[in-house]
Amino acid sequence: MNKFALALAALATLTAANAGSVTLLNVSYDPTRELYKDINAAFAKDWKAKTGDTVTIKQSHAGSGAQARAVIDGLDADVVTLALAYDIDAISQKAKLLPADWQKRLPENSTPYTSTYVFLVRKGNPWKIHDWSDLVKPGIQVITPNPKTSGGARWAYLAAWAYALKQPGGNPDKAKAFVQALYKHVPVLDTGARGATTTFVQRGIGDVQLTWENEAYLALKEYGADKFEIVYPKLSILAEPPVALLDKNVDRHGMRKAADAYLRFLYTKEGQEIEAKNFYRPRDPAVLKAFAKQFPSLPMVTVDEVFGGWQKAQATHFADGGVFDQIYKPGR
Amino acid sequence: MKFRRYPTQDHPLSRIALSLIAIGVVTLFLVLPLATVFTEALRKGLGVAWEALDDPDARAAVRLTLITAAIAVPLNAVFGVAASWAIAKFDFKGKQFLTTLIDLPFSISPVVSGLIYVLIFGLQGWFGESLREANVKIIFAVPGIVLATIFITFPFVARELIPLMEDQGRDEEEAATSLGASGWDTFMRVTLPNIRWGLLYGVLLCNARAMGEFGAVSVVSGHIRGLTNTMPLHVEVLYNDYQFVGAFAVASLLALLALVTLVLKSLLEWRFADDIAATHRH
Repeated sequence: MNKFALALAALATLTAANAGSVTLLNVSYDPTRELYKDINAAFAKDWKAKTGDTVTIKQSHAGSGAQARAVIDGLDADVVTLALAYDIDAISQKAKLLPADWQKRLPENSTPYTSTYVFLVRKGNPWKIHDWSDLVKPGIQVITPNPKTSGGARWAYLAAWAYALKQPGGNPDKAKAFVQALYKHVPVLDTGARGATTTFVQRGIGDVQLTWENEAYLALKEYGADKFEIVYPKLSILAEPPVALLDKNVDRHGMRKAADAYLRFLYTKEGQEIEAKNFYRPRDPAVLKAFAKQFPSLPMVTVDEVFGGWQKAQATHFADGGVFDQIYKPGR
Repeated sequence: MKFRRYPTQDHPLSRIALSLIAIGVVTLFLVLPLATVFTEALRKGLGVAWEALDDPDARAAVRLTLITAAIAVPLNAVFGVAASWAIAKFDFKGKQFLTTLIDLPFSISPVVSGLIYVLIFGLQGWFGESLREANVKIIFAVPGIVLATIFITFPFVARELIPLMEDQGRDEEEAATSLGASGWDTFMRVTLPNIRWGLLYGVLLCNARAMGEFGAVSVVSGHIRGLTNTMPLHVEVLYNDYQFVGAFAVASLLALLALVTLVLKSLLEWRFADDIAATHRH
């Protein structure tokens, strides 16, 4: 009996908290937890000042591919902010919640911020790891998540491939051999970026972690710069995590205006500064310049120029029976 | 010298050795890890741990866990009594099949249990489109979490009661009926008093699992912070957010709920020891 009274009281407070406020649901990938906490607070303030309305943004975080799958299965997101365009393409194709040309609707390929792939090593860089070729030296253990489940890991895989391809005399066969050798040095494939960070940082497994630049900086911040350091390879990939509103969902909720303003806020000066503070590379050149120390410039290839876009990269490398399946045998 | 050994009497040394091994294993695998959870939670003081519990998302998770248990446990208690009553006291075709069916949630993986609901109620599933048109949310919302929890905790009460009721037999019910009691009267005055301790035990176990379930709930939750995260899911969220104290604080609360359940059970058993022994003799 008591429990029922408690439940009823809980239900009452639950509904009371929701009354009279606008709520958006942002379904995002793993490493953006801290970023969107800051963005949401700033946007709510901005929106209140401009419209007088109170907006609450609810967050959901998990691996990018898993989140796309959940949205396809009915997770009622107003906006998605995922690790790569392929995952939003999948939502467009399988659930038809947004048009196929969604990426053209917002500036800069619908990616307000970018990142790249870097090496996180233990303090003092005991194994002298400076470039991709150092990762396949005998005895080195590399931590990177599973490209089949993690968006971030696909960026890492493609960066390694592009590096081998761009070496003197590089060709697809040599690139394949290099990536195959690289994955022989991976002792455990975590399902997501955050899980891999926990493996490397918390559990102390491995000599080097291939990770998002933002995730590497966050590890330094959380665990102290006296324990780890970031190594920039000679060449990496321009990682573009895109954002999109889901037309069918926002129209059903009557949320198009707020959702659109939310995504566009990511491109404002204030938004770009919050992104830079959370270690994502801002698109705005002025903001990037202000944070230049944090984001050293390095040659970065894009998926479009090396792999002909995500659809092609996915089909060739990560689909069932693709190159990754051919080169990676678990337990070897 | 001949050493005479009675079947009920072991060598004192082996008795001590066995006790030590049992205590050692229990300490190593149960007590120590549990103690670590509490120490980690209090590592930065009671204030920090309390702050983590006072966070709106944490309170929402506690609320959702309590609501889920408050719906799932009574439903499964009623169902469990009905099913074990039917199985133990009546003969009918398909009885064996029903018994097997009740065990189903025990034998399949919780992840599969969750996916069942995604396949039925998901947007690409059987009822997805029509539910969306009617604006009814099942999965990635509270109803889905409650459904998955009910599914997972289905067998606890029935599994506890069926052997007990079969053991007690039908004599008393037959006597009551032959004296002219209605079915309802027989149940309320004869059967229920006989099974009340088994029922209580089943309800406590069912409640512990309903609050602690992770796998199935994780599949149907959608992980929306402050809305669809139960306490076990919130522990994972905090851990991955680098908020270790918070994660262990919520984990401690969850462990405390389980410990309270255990203590409650032991207290009742101790207080009503004679009574319990009496119902078992039937």
